[in-house]
Order: sequence, then structure tokens, then C-alpha cells
Amino acid sequence: MQKVTIEPVTRVEGHGKVTIQLDDNMNVTQTRLHVVEFRGFERFVQGRPYWEAPVLVQRLCGICPVSHHLAAAKALDVIVGAGTGHGLTATGEKMRRLMHYGQMFQSHALHFFHLSSPDFLLGYDADPAIRNVIGVALNFPDLAVQGVMMRKYGQEIIERTAGKKVHGTGAIPGGINKNLSIEERDYLLHGADPLNIKKMVEWADSALQFFKGYYMKNRDFVDNFAYFPSNHLSLVRKDGALDLYHGVLRAVDTDGNRILNDVDYQEYNKYIEEEVRSWSYMKFPYLKHLGKEKGWYRVGPLARLNTCDFIPSPMAQKEFEIYKAHTNGKPNNYCLHTHWARLIELLHSAEVIQDLLNDPDLQKNDLVVKGTKGNEGVGLIEAPRGTLFHHYRINKDDQIEMANLIVSTTNNNEPMNQSVNFVAKKMMNGQKEITEPMKNAVEIAIRAYDPCLSCATHALGKMPLDIKLVGANGEVIDHYKS
Amino acid sequence: MSEIVKFTIDGKEYEGVKGQLLVEVAAEKGIYIPVLCHWKGVKPAGSCRICSVKVNGRFMAGCTTPLEADMKIENDTPEILDIRKAIVEMLFVEGNHFCPSCEKSGNCDLQALGYRYQMMVPRFPYEFERRDIDASSPKLIIEKNRCIFCKRCVRMIKDEQGKSYFAFKGRGKHLQISLDKKLAVTMSEENAHKAMDACPVGCILRKEVGFAVPIGKRKYDHVSIGTDIEKLNK
Ligand code: SF4
Ligand code: SF4
Repeated sequence: MQKVTIEPVTRVEGHGKVTIQLDDNMNVTQTRLHVVEFRGFERFVQGRPYWEAPVLVQRLCGICPVSHHLAAAKALDVIVGAGTGHGLTATGEKMRRLMHYGQMFQSHALHFFHLSSPDFLLGYDADPAIRNVIGVALNFPDLAVQGVMMRKYGQEIIERTAGKKVHGTGAIPGGINKNLSIEERDYLLHGADPLNIKKMVEWADSALQFFKGYYMKNRDFVDNFAYFPSNHLSLVRKDGALDLYHGVLRAVDTDGNRILNDVDYQEYNKYIEEEVRSWSYMKFPYLKHLGKEKGWYRVGPLARLNTCDFIPSPMAQKEFEIYKAHTNGKPNNYCLHTHWARLIELLHSAEVIQDLLNDPDLQKNDLVVKGTKGNEGVGLIEAPRGTLFHHYRINKDDQIEMANLIVSTTNNNEPMNQSVNFVAKKMMNGQKEITEPMKNAVEIAIRAYDPCLSCATHALGKMPLDIKLVGANGEVIDHYKS
Repeated sequence: MSEIVKFTIDGKEYEGVKGQLLVEVAAEKGIYIPVLCHWKGVKPAGSCRICSVKVNGRFMAGCTTPLEADMKIENDTPEILDIRKAIVEMLFVEGNHFCPSCEKSGNCDLQALGYRYQMMVPRFPYEFERRDIDASSPKLIIEKNRCIFCKRCVRMIKDEQGKSYFAFKGRGKHLQISLDKKLAVTMSEENAHKAMDACPVGCILRKEVGFAVPIGKRKYDHVSIGTDIEKLNK
């Protein structure tokens, strides 16, 4: 038996390594994406006053802290008796939505322009020395500027809703601590070019059209890169619309049959179980009633566009129809179509932001509601990378006594392993050494999920790449390190 | 009749009321001498020493030293500023201060002094003393990791009989602030509020109201500590 190890993976947030096990004929028998960091946020929030959670736990991540901030706040809404989702005041809910869609916008823009566009623009097989954001900046300066400005715009929204661009304090149990002043609103609506919503909608649309153009030319590659059937899970609005902030839990199988039918997420642990495997700090969640083998699912943009029935904004809905037609309305299982789905969400986020900025509720002063206090609450949100679960229980003195977090990348743990497996079998069967294209293929498969491995183990770090090819008796045959 | 005397601060001549505490005299002249344990109107404790100044060449605590005629006070000198910075650093390493998730952040005098004196890395090793949180009272949480032993709460927060709600327990390294459990049950809203305001750091916290003030509206978001006093001088 031979073993190939790839670690750590580049242009992915966090740290992980890949091992590819070969048999004596150099055929792939098993692949594993190991996540070797451990941070233990669930443990160290214990004993903290509950209202600290949204501010403390968001420090899991510097990329999408807003998702953690809001998921925690949503769980605490339940604890302070403000109900879930729609229990808040209009200003409370809409300010949080604005924060969230602002974050979605900046994160998706970051992913597309900085992390995945080098592959599209410069070619998957281009020299890694130029196949990065610097290469994009040199060869496509206009696009690079767009990426930077879209990210900036999203962060400007976050600053005006959360108080700071990173790690703010806006969402508090039962609501929000500020509204959006007229000046703040006008800055975001009508700021000098390009930092205004009109330009952002335009650019989001052009990024999407760019991807579609690329896709038309490289259809074979994109479709066949990593295709495998799976279940898909996300929140959807009660009427089946795409909703990234709040909804019910829905899962569909690879043919589109409902396997989780719009259930209340307060009871998520009735439906979802997490498996621990000795070789990774990242757990493996699955749908209980389907079991470990059949119950795993994907989350994120691809999954969301598979579970929802429609997108409640006109431009994105039109694009959604084109996208759905590609798979005849059935769930899409093409791994690299995640990028397509992500860009549709980018456009949708811009449209939602535009609507919210025009909503006078954001200037009202009724910010917080509280009701009968309970001791336990669950908050779910669709983070950029997929469904994020926060669950807290407090003691009679208002201290957190239990916390459980299932982050998006953990939900995607099995799918990422499956993708790596698919690609490894295709590229590495019969190979004795790790070539550049092989390494890239594995990375691309992982990166499609935009994984944040530090979050997933509640660990800190960046993710570079290292591959090890290990023989039947454990000897290293080839070793690549970036 | 109060007697007016002459004195200098950093070489500049002033006149002031004899017997008045140096920190207060200076404040009236628009000169900031930092305080942490001092609270106007409350018997001075002189415990934190952040107000250290040199009087006629000797170190004195500005919050306990009354003004006398012909005092030569040094306040804004590199030596004194470094001593104050060292005190701030000591206070940081002695407790467990994790500002990023502390609800007092932005309103905290210790943090504000850290910024004012441009503390980067403390010159002393961290103690990592293990202290717990007392959340058992209905209105307050006592986050002992952040206590700087200024004794303001002990001196200021009392019930109708004049009994202190707060007291120090233990000795030396194991000294801890504690809230009287029985008294705490009947503590009024007003006293709970007063206690939180009196505490210069994030040790005494009202329950369930954390982070209600948005970033940008907190005490030290736009002005550094002491500027309210110094602007009198401008
Ligand atoms: S009390 Fe002040 S210095 Fe200590 S953690 Fe809180 S904000 Fe920071
Ligand atoms: S609890 Fe606050 S007010 Fe009381 S001694 Fe400690 S730091 Fe000072």
C-alpha cells in the first residue's frame, strides 16, 4: 500500500492536510482530509456571561465573523424570550439582515476575485507563481480593482451595522444596538463611484456573466471536474425562498426528494448527529434517520440553490432559472458549479442590500425586545460557506454552561473528503509521484467549498499545502511542500 | 478662609487653594494627572499609584497629597510617564484582561490608559492567576479576572446602614474582591448601577445589558482619557 499526503492546502482559510492511500498497484484506495488543529471555543465559553457569546465566539474567524456573531445572537434571542427570526423589531431584524448580506457580499466577492478567479482567469494549469491574486492584479487590473472594492463595500456595511469592519458588537440578545443613520444610509446608497449600491449590483452581475462566459468555453472541464451525488441541506424561508438569515431546515437528496421537510431548527439535534473520527479534529455530521453512510450532506451555495424553490429578488431569480435549467430543475451535483451558485448569491445579496437601504425601518429606534427568559437556544444562519449552527444552554446565574457549534465547513467535511476522493482516483491512480496538476486538482476540489478549516475545528491559522506519498510499509515515496 | 498659595507644575507657575488634593488642583488648571482608584468626594485610598508625581524631587501620590505653598510638582516628564506606563502594564499582567470580548472595552479606564501610554507589550511576565467569576447575585456579575484592587466599590457602594456591599478577601497574590451574597440579594437598581459605574474596569457588570452601547458611542471611542481635563488648557 502507498500513501500520498497533501498538506497544507493553499488559498483556503485554515490548515489541513490530505492523505491519499495507494495499494500495491498504485491505485487509490482511500483519501482523507485531516484537520489537525484544535481550538476548543465550545469549552472556553463555558462560564462566560451569555451576552458575551456573540462578541467572543466570532473570534473563531477573521473571514466571516459576522456569521458567528449573528448565529450566537439568534440563539440568545431564544434565551431572552425574543423568539426566533421574526420575533425581533423590524429595525432589529433588518439591521441584522443588512449586516449579514453585507458580509455575504464581501465574503463571496473575496472568494471569487481573490481565491478562485486566478484559476479561471489564468488557467488551472498555469504556473502557481502567477496563478494567484497578484497574477490577476497584473493581468486583469480592472477585475482586481473590482474585487477589492466589492469587498470594501461589504465591509463598509458591516462597519455601519456592527460598529467595526471586523469583530463588531452590533447584534445583542433580542436585537441590535444601533440603527442606520440617514448619513450612513446615503453613504451606502449614493457614495462616490464605485462605492455605491448601484455599482455593486452592476459589478456583481458582471462577475456572474464573466463566470458564465468562462463556463461556456470550458464546460467539459467544469462539469467533469468533480461530480458526485449527495444530499444537500440549508435553511429556506417558510415559503421555500432562498433566505440567508433565517428559515426552516430543509434537505433534499440527489434527485431532489425532501429528506428533511422544513423543520424547526430549535430541534436540530433530533435530526442531525455528529460523528467523531480518530484521524481528524473535524467532526462528520449526518442526518440521523439516514445513518452515517447515507445521511451526509453538502451545505453552501450549491446546496442552497438545490434546496430553495426560488430566489426572492428579480435579477438573481432570472439567473437562478438559467442555472436550474442546466440540470433540468434537479439538484446540481457538479462541484465546480458552486462558483456559479456563489455568484448568483453575490448578485442576490447586492439586490437585498439595495432593498434594505431603501427601507425606512432601518432609521427607527425600537431596537431590542425581550420576553420570558429560557435557558436554552439554537441559532442557525446561512454563512457564506453554508449552514452554521450555534447552540447554548445557560445556568440560573446567566453563565453559559454548554455550547455546541457546527460550522459550515464541518457540515461539508464528508463532501470535501468525497471530492478529494473523486479527484484522487481520477488523477492519481497508477502514479508514483505527485505532479503539479495532481496537486492543483486536489486543491481545487477542496477550494470549491471555500472551506474555513480554522473555524471548523475552532482553530486558528492559514492553510498552505504539503503532499506526502507514503508506501505500503509507511515509507515516504514522494513529498511535496509549498 | 481658604489660603491661596503659589506652586509650579512642570515649571509653570500657578495659584491654588492650600490643602486641596494635587490631582484636583491640577485638573482645575487643565492638567491631567491620571487616576484609577480616586473618585472625587470619596476618601482617597492612594492604592493604584497611577497618579504618581514628583513633589520637590520626591515621588508622591497626587490623589493623597494636599497642596502646599511653593511645591514644585513634576507631572509630564519622561521619567514619570514611564513609571505610569509601567503601572498600567503591571495591572494588565496581574489580572486576565481579554479586551476583545470585554463589554467594558471602550469605556474602560485601564484600557484607555494603556492606549494613552502606548503600551504595546508589558515589560513584566503575565501572572495568569486563576480567578473565577461570581455570577450568583441577581443584578451583578463580578468578573474577578479584571479587578485592579482600586477599592472604589468598597469605599463607595454601601447600604442604608452604611455597610459595604464589597470587601477584599484573601491576602497577597490571592487577594480577591467579593460581593456580600446576602446583601447583594436586596441591592437596589440604583446601587447596582452605581457599582458598575464606579468600577474603572470591567469587573463589576450589570447583568444582561452588555454591549448595548454601539462602537463609536463609547466613552473613549473618539477621545483619549484625560482630554476632557486637558481641553480646559487649550
Ligand atoms: S477591564 Fe478593561 S482592560 Fe480589562 S479586559 Fe476589560 S476593557 Fe480590557
Ligand atoms: S471591583 Fe472594580 S471597583 Fe472594586 S476594587 Fe475591583 S476594580 Fe476596583
